[in-house]
Amino acid sequence: MSHEEPKDEVGAKLGMWLFLFTELLLFGGLFILYAVYLARYPHEFATAGHELNVAFGAGNTVVLLTSSLFAAMAVTAIKRGERGRALALLGGTLGCAMIFLAIKYLEWSAKIGHGIYPGSPKLAAGPPGESVFFGLYYLTTGLHGIHVLIGGVLLSWIGARVKGGSIHAGDNVALENGTLYWHLVDLVWIFIFPLYYLIL
Amino acid sequence: MKTDNAEHIVDYRKLAAVWLALLALTTATVVVSRLELGAGKVWAALAIACLKSGLVIAFFMHMKYETRLFRIILFVALVTLAIFIGLTFFDVLYR
Amino acid sequence: MSSVQTTTAAAGGFWRDSGKTGIGSWIFSTDHKRIGLLYLYSVLGFFLVGATLGLLLRLELMTPGRTIMGATTYNALFTVHGVVMIFLFIIPGIPASFGNLVMPIQIGARDVAFPRLNLLSWWLYAIGALVVLTALFTGGGAPDTGWTFYVPFSARTGTNVSVAVFGVFILGFSSILTGINFVTTIHRLRAEGMNWGRLPLFVWSLYATAWVQILATPIIAITLVLVIAERVLGTGLFDPGRGGDPIMFQHLFWIYSHPAVYIMILPAMGVVSEIIPVFSRKPIFGYKMIAFSSIAIAAAGSLVWGHHMYTSGMSDTAVMVFSFLTFIVAIPSAIKVFNWVSTLYRGSISLEAPMLFALSFVLLFSIGGLSGLILGAAATDVHVHDTHFVVGHFHYVMFGGTGFAFFGAAHYWLPKFYGRRYKEKPALIGWALMFVGFNVTYFTMQVLGIRGMPRRYYDYLPEFAPLNMVATVGSWILAAGLIIMIVNLWRGLFWGEPFQGNPWGGATLEWSVPTPPPTENFEEEPVVSHGPYDFKGAGVP
Repeated sequence: MSHEEPKDEVGAKLGMWLFLFTELLLFGGLFILYAVYLARYPHEFATAGHELNVAFGAGNTVVLLTSSLFAAMAVTAIKRGERGRALALLGGTLGCAMIFLAIKYLEWSAKIGHGIYPGSPKLAAGPPGESVFFGLYYLTTGLHGIHVLIGGVLLSWIGARVKGGSIHAGDNVALENGTLYWHLVDLVWIFIFPLYYLIL
Repeated sequence: MKTDNAEHIVDYRKLAAVWLALLALTTATVVVSRLELGAGKVWAALAIACLKSGLVIAFFMHMKYETRLFRIILFVALVTLAIFIGLTFFDVLYR
Repeated sequence: MSSVQTTTAAAGGFWRDSGKTGIGSWIFSTDHKRIGLLYLYSVLGFFLVGATLGLLLRLELMTPGRTIMGATTYNALFTVHGVVMIFLFIIPGIPASFGNLVMPIQIGARDVAFPRLNLLSWWLYAIGALVVLTALFTGGGAPDTGWTFYVPFSARTGTNVSVAVFGVFILGFSSILTGINFVTTIHRLRAEGMNWGRLPLFVWSLYATAWVQILATPIIAITLVLVIAERVLGTGLFDPGRGGDPIMFQHLFWIYSHPAVYIMILPAMGVVSEIIPVFSRKPIFGYKMIAFSSIAIAAAGSLVWGHHMYTSGMSDTAVMVFSFLTFIVAIPSAIKVFNWVSTLYRGSISLEAPMLFALSFVLLFSIGGLSGLILGAAATDVHVHDTHFVVGHFHYVMFGGTGFAFFGAAHYWLPKFYGRRYKEKPALIGWALMFVGFNVTYFTMQVLGIRGMPRRYYDYLPEFAPLNMVATVGSWILAAGLIIMIVNLWRGLFWGEPFQGNPWGGATLEWSVPTPPPTENFEEEPVVSHGPYDFKGAGVP
């Protein structure tokens, strides 16, 4: 390992994609449950889904799509050697991540304020399908929120490395991989939004 | 040891165009959910979500510019997930 | 660890050439060989723990009624035996230890693609193991759910399920990272000339295994998270009282845990595919089909999880679909067995220790595989489900298969990495005792199962007493063989005769490097010009 060899960028990206597949299947397990329970309780899911705030959901969709755009542009910027612009764009992504989490916080606290949370007496008294819907809603969006948080930390660290100069036009696979992770977070949300907020 | 690191830079305008398309599709999915389509709504929403993910994967995630290997393994992963969901429904639908 | 360095120091290689010998140079090393040995010691340690628990379980079953423990202890013991053997021994067993040791050298690489990730993977293994062990001695005590953690019991029992499950979650992460590392390594780091048609079959099997690790493990991860959520938050997703469906837990659990048995068996098949041609002095028969069948097993293995659930209340349609699909897996497995046997045909067979273990694998795996078909057919499974027949079946495949291959691999590869070898005669005695003891124990269990003895009960009807006595005595023979084998290996590898060069005449790349291999593996990047079993091309006698 004392040898200096050129970085295998394709290998690094391959490894990152493989990791993304594991994330995909992690959420996949929850989507399997969603599909099964939607088939079993279509009406309860519809009623419960209407209680979610479409404005919050749609707003967060736009925020995440925009953050993804910034992340993708940051990759273009670093490859063109525009370090300042790359940093600004990463900052934009992080800003969007914070807005997303803030909206999520408002949404969750409103729901919890209404007595809707896993294991709550209100859900236990209601129809079984709705309890399942909200159980899945909290687990899925919670797990997604954790991924937003991890992605944010990852991109901050990468941003620091861009600033420090260890990620630059000639060696930027770490930034590319970091943004790949961020796009995955966006991808998951692209499915969460219609399935939980819009269906029926 | 492979040495095939080729870089493709996607220009800003293309990325912005993809972003606009994604926003348009988001609007479409909200509109579709207000129509009276019954169970068709779920499939319409999923179709639009797949289209959006396709755009994100192809352009934001540079899949369009990667080697064939990347597309093959992505396909394998998606097929695996589809099989997991599909076979489970042999139980759920016929119980 | 200090005695390790002094005794093998004479051998040099990666043990010494970096000039680093302290414990820190091991547990923080990114050298794939050192990580492989770390894994080897860890999994072997847990194997001994699991084996001891297994012996205790057999001892309890020696006579009807209470023999040495009560029902509650028995429940905890078979759970811990299962968790330790499955998650801490067999799943990381061959891929993480021998895969790490051998695979990079076999493809002509200096290390794996992500050496630091590789180290992280071992650390996660160690941390996960610690968390699992913590669960045994804290809170409500060791879990008593069986290693399958089935709801609703696992959601309600007062034992320490949440912590144990969290430990397994971490172990899953470790397994995923190894998988990612191996797929990337095999795609990106093959030496010049090492095309896919020249890849040793062990590497092919690891490649297939790694894909299963990547695509299936996340499902168990989320399932375990859901169990914790059931317990801590009371989400009720598996609680029929609140609209949940406990059978969905079984689906999610087996979507991983069935493919996981291929994580356990595929690398073992790879080991056997390496040993048989070398000790038959003959190129492997049907290289392409063996390589292909590894991929086919991995793919078909993802379609059959429902065969664990025939009696769960799943729909009849699903039972038939999964039963049919299950039989598909038999095809690639049989392809392998036929090709190994054809390799032996008219070979110049030398029955040394590695070969004996490999041949045992073929026989025991075939017995286990065929009894698996009885379980795969829904009609017969209904009768033997949850009996000792199942226990016998999976011990034939997992211990007779993977376990024997693991020890075959140890006898085959470890001398190369230690620079010293074990004594042949005790190795043969150890093998013979293990082979006899194994069959006495587990074949008897299969008979007991056919006669109706259920699994996971500490007590049984008096009519089962004679055969249970036989099985327990068998477990003592098995244990005696294990002890002889391990002591012989241990003494041989640290204090035995020097082992030089390529005495068995293997044609794969690991036999072309110095003994023990240096840290960098190859002095210069190798160029491969012959196949893995082309003994003439490799110039070995």
